[in-house]
Amino acid sequence: MKPDNGGAADHAHDDFLDAGHFTVGGYLAGFAGAAVLTAIPFWIVMTGAIANATVASVVVAVLAVAQILVHTFAFLHVNARAQGGWTLVAYVFTAVLLAITIGGSLWIMYHLNLNMMPGMGLEPADYGM
Amino acid sequence: MSDRTLEAEEQPVFYQTGEEGPAHAGGGTLLGFWIYLMSDALIFASLFATFGVLSSSFAGGPTPRDFVDLNLVALNTAILLVSALTCGLAMIAMHQGRLAALRSWLIVTALLGAAFVAIEMHEFGNMIAEGATPQRSGYLSAFFTLVGTHGLHVTLGVVWIAVMLVQLGQRGLHHDNRRRLLCLSMFWHFLDVIWIGVFTFVYLLGVL
Repeated sequence: MKPDNGGAADHAHDDFLDAGHFTVGGYLAGFAGAAVLTAIPFWIVMTGAIANATVASVVVAVLAVAQILVHTFAFLHVNARAQGGWTLVAYVFTAVLLAITIGGSLWIMYHLNLNMMPGMGLEPADYGM
Repeated sequence: MSDRTLEAEEQPVFYQTGEEGPAHAGGGTLLGFWIYLMSDALIFASLFATFGVLSSSFAGGPTPRDFVDLNLVALNTAILLVSALTCGLAMIAMHQGRLAALRSWLIVTALLGAAFVAIEMHEFGNMIAEGATPQRSGYLSAFFTLVGTHGLHVTLGVVWIAVMLVQLGQRGLHHDNRRRLLCLSMFWHFLDVIWIGVFTFVYLLGVL
């Protein structure tokens, strides 16, 4: 992760970004991939193609992650070379924080809800309401 | 002898390679804007976490099955996805220096963004008319906050495109405007990524 590793070649473009990533073919390929990855989950949910709700949820969530990755590389042009690799570092770091924030919140609150279920001796009257 | 050692130690060390003169000054802005987008993603992370925690707190009120029209959500998703493509085509036109094509694609992108917001407002209006207001339940509070924050971002993106169209009309495709347009395209594609999370976890999994 050295800044400006091989920078001379990149700076040959008279531009901020690698103009080479901005191709019609690249965008159309990304668009086609994203369209397929959007259509499949909508099809699964709208037609009930997968009867088991848990399996359907997992498949839909995995497709969402796949589509996010397609957008990241095809449209946002995140790669190891852009900005000396710092866009990729920031992206991965954000993904970790996202997982901790969302996963951690759901995990904690799920167990909190289980432990605060009614019928554990704490009826509404006990709260002094 | 000692003087010479001191001199050698005081040699300034340059961490800049010298290639990053004013011509590449936009690089810092683009990285800074990327960091902003990542921090914006963390705002959405907290909103998604809140929504996830409250995703079954209906308080006896309406559930997603009662008010979500998946056809409308699919239409909005398609609109936003096509706008990502037109935004990309605008960037290609910019790199090729075709100002007229760039402005046309930006206008198409802005119109698609405006259509997205209009359909979302239509959906919100229907929900509120049916009594599914933000104050009805914890679920609906989280729903309106998350989806509304995304809609607000898209609205501001449309305003930004309008500003850039004015800038392009007044000053043409100069260095600063190219940098601004690159930031704008990153912003627009970022909003599309957030929408993937919204339509998947709010709408599809809500109805499932």
